[in-house]
Amino acid sequence: MRFSDQFEQRFAEMLTHYPTKRSVLVPTLLYAQDETGYLSDEVIEELASRLELTALDVRNVISYYSMLTTKPRGKYNVQVCTNIACMLRGGEELLQHCEKKLGIGHKGTTPDGLFSLEEVECIGGCSWAPAAQVNYDFHENLTTEKMDRVLEGYAKKVTA
Amino acid sequence: MADVNITVDGKKVTAPAGTLLIEACKSVGIEVPSFCYYPNLSLQGACRMCLVKIEKMPKLQTACTTVIGEGMIVTTDSDEVHQARKGMVELLLGNHPLDCPVCDAGGECELQDMTFSYGAAESKYMEPKNHKEEQQWSPVVYFDRPRCILCYRCVRVCGEGMDVWALGVQNRGVGSIIAPNKEDHLECEECGMCIDICPVGALTSGAYRYKTRPWEMTHVGTTCTHCADGCKTTLGVRRSESGMEIVRGDNRDKSGINGDFLCIKGRYAFDFANREDRLTQPLIRKDGQLAPSTWEEAFELIGKRFREAREQHGGQAIGVVGSNRTTNEENYLLQKFARVVLQTNNIDHHRTADFPALAAALKGKPGSTASMRDVFHAPAILLIGNDPTEQHPLLAWQIRNNVRLHRAKLYVVNSADIKLRRQAAAFLQIPAGTEGRFAAFLAGDDSAAEGLGPVAGANAGESPAATQNQQTTLGGFREQVRGEQNLVIIFGAEIRGGDIASLVKFGSGVAGAKLLCLADYANSRGAADMGLYPDLLPGYHPITDSGKFHEEWGGVPQAPGLTLPEMVESARSGKLKALYVVGANPVGRFAIDPFVFSQSFVVVQDMFLTETTALADVVLPAANAYEKSGTFTNTCGDLQLVKKAGEVSGSKSDFEMIVRIADAMGADVHKLVPFGRGTTADMGQSRGAQSGEADRHAVWLEAHGLEPKMSPFDPTAILDEIQRLVPGYEVSRLNLVAGSDQHTALVGIATGAAQDPKLIAPATDNLFSSGTLGRYSRTLNSVMENHSRQPVESEVAAD
Repeated sequence: MRFSDQFEQRFAEMLTHYPTKRSVLVPTLLYAQDETGYLSDEVIEELASRLELTALDVRNVISYYSMLTTKPRGKYNVQVCTNIACMLRGGEELLQHCEKKLGIGHKGTTPDGLFSLEEVECIGGCSWAPAAQVNYDFHENLTTEKMDRVLEGYAKKVTA
Repeated sequence: MADVNITVDGKKVTAPAGTLLIEACKSVGIEVPSFCYYPNLSLQGACRMCLVKIEKMPKLQTACTTVIGEGMIVTTDSDEVHQARKGMVELLLGNHPLDCPVCDAGGECELQDMTFSYGAAESKYMEPKNHKEEQQWSPVVYFDRPRCILCYRCVRVCGEGMDVWALGVQNRGVGSIIAPNKEDHLECEECGMCIDICPVGALTSGAYRYKTRPWEMTHVGTTCTHCADGCKTTLGVRRSESGMEIVRGDNRDKSGINGDFLCIKGRYAFDFANREDRLTQPLIRKDGQLAPSTWEEAFELIGKRFREAREQHGGQAIGVVGSNRTTNEENYLLQKFARVVLQTNNIDHHRTADFPALAAALKGKPGSTASMRDVFHAPAILLIGNDPTEQHPLLAWQIRNNVRLHRAKLYVVNSADIKLRRQAAAFLQIPAGTEGRFAAFLAGDDSAAEGLGPVAGANAGESPAATQNQQTTLGGFREQVRGEQNLVIIFGAEIRGGDIASLVKFGSGVAGAKLLCLADYANSRGAADMGLYPDLLPGYHPITDSGKFHEEWGGVPQAPGLTLPEMVESARSGKLKALYVVGANPVGRFAIDPFVFSQSFVVVQDMFLTETTALADVVLPAANAYEKSGTFTNTCGDLQLVKKAGEVSGSKSDFEMIVRIADAMGADVHKLVPFGRGTTADMGQSRGAQSGEADRHAVWLEAHGLEPKMSPFDPTAILDEIQRLVPGYEVSRLNLVAGSDQHTALVGIATGAAQDPKLIAPATDNLFSSGTLGRYSRTLNSVMENHSRQPVESEVAAD
């Protein structure tokens, strides 16, 4: 199992921040997921052995956090917020629109592996509701038309 | 530690500083309910059942995580507290299925008890319950998710107590579930601790589930019949068509040396008792075939043939093989029968440790053996050889938890990277077969160090300082161990003969050191202590030395007899005319050529047809250790009661059979078993219409401080003689009968002839095997099958 040099650098540095190794597990999982797309059995075993934990311990932590996944996801993970502010401003319609447009449901992935869809809790974009997050990018004050353009933009990124 | 004074419900309570409030309350008889709190496990604070009112604190506090402080004023019993607890029960019942009438835990469920105590029977929550199907995690562990109340006891006992870490918690909030380490199944030591500790019926046992209800069983606390650690196991029995059937094993009686602990064998491997192929009739070989017969015919034939052999060829033409699983009384009686009635010293057993050498080395050093309880409290432990995790699960538990709870220092010397290394402060890996040389090195023989290397000195343990010991040298190791106090030195069968003397020599240089020799079967130590040796009488008294045994018994041959291999040779040359095997399978164990005994009259007492019964002339169906009374001595020398739990009609205890054979030979039974003292009433009716009567009489007599001893089949009569004649066995009879373990002192009387170390054959059992007996346990077999099957790693991720 090989990670990028940047990952290794971050990992080594994080270890110095805490009294016990296991404390770095959560950020490490996130960085690993950013690199590999999802937390495969191989990644879990590797991190477990590095941090002197059991694979079960690592899985327990992963299962606690909804942003960590053990299943492959699309290249772009579309997260539509339906918490109260977004819901009042049409977040649920936005989600339904995305479902229809992409042809997938909550936690689904398009057959071409380009998009995944997720209904998420508050992402902190209440002032500009409804909001959605694609990977780490925020898109605010969305309408169904605006959402279409956002999705097309990502689709183009790949073909370009 | 300094004492702290608090007031609980108006009562003054004084407890050492650092005591948890829940424990302080318990010490004065005030019960604070809890689900998640469990003594000796880490604190969880998850269930919030132990809420109490502490003055000057704004909210109710959890008694299980609060350390007492001077002047604390606590209320555990008020409307506010009751209301809080009722609310907690109500929330727990929100999604708890109402299947108590079929749930295994029904009747002994902590949630049921709490509901009765705090009343939350009416639910305001009207939504449908979230049901999930039960899952089988291993042949012995089932999980019923909706019943789980998330107390995490199972997770902690598996990790902290067992050091297996096979259970975890996944997801969060209401979605939290207990998860096994291999997605949908468990890969673990199958000890069943998680099931026993579960306060509800979420984890249930494959061996017991849906079989009966707790109140329909009688619970008998007895000693486990498998390894030599001597755990107390509570057997739940109920009537069946063939007598009394054992339905469940657990450790609800926590007074034993094992406390909370039981391994898979103590918990589930009682199932050999009710197998279909169990022998229930005496068999006599007629025309080359073993054919069913009657007890009278069998005893008459054996009596006649044994008498003929003795009269025509002398006692040296008869051999006797004893057992590691029969009681002390039976072993004592067997060797007495051999020596007094058969007039032979040809008696031996399957030896798994060199106890005679230890007894000889400890001559003049009373109080130098460690009890199983000592292992849990000793400040330092040196373990040489053996792999207790596999072969002595209780010993491993004691060591592990002593390190965890009392910070004991563990030193491990082994040829393999054993699991207990994880608890070790220092670990030395030496080449296999050099354990004896290491003992000599410890004793000061520096020349023995050669050949012990290359020593992979490494260290396990949590402290970063541990790595300093990477460079541990042999000498440094020895100095470190020598500097300890009250050290318990534990050694396996790798160390025998003179090497044991070396260890004793080393131990005498360490203040308060005690020794512990590891043998393999439930009563291996008892077999050795009771003199199943051709040259040693009970208490390791040399046969050649005239003493109290000769005086008391009279006319015992004084020449040492034949060892087991010598008996085989004697049979081969046609000299051995009769062989009497009690509860052993020497042919299977030592791969003896069965035709060797074709000229001998062979009698075997066993539960099943084995390799040895295949060549027997008479086979007598024997009761096992769960079906009779007596005592066992564990490998440490702790004497414990064995109580009759199960019963299979058609079998007899080995004790009764030995007496009946003696009687059939025309021997004076009164001399053999000093029973009755003039009274001839026979209460030994333990079968047929009078079944159980003797037991009921025994209960009454015991309750009145009397012991029956009115029948020649009563082992307590022999126990009297053992306590009178065997040094070290003069323990408190009262405490023994009350069910406590009593440590016997290993008192070396005289240095007997050194035993040939080659006669020791370790059982090499693991967690899931148990000599010949293990073959007949369905549970052990199914677990072994399950473990040998390589599980296919599925790609399904948990979510």
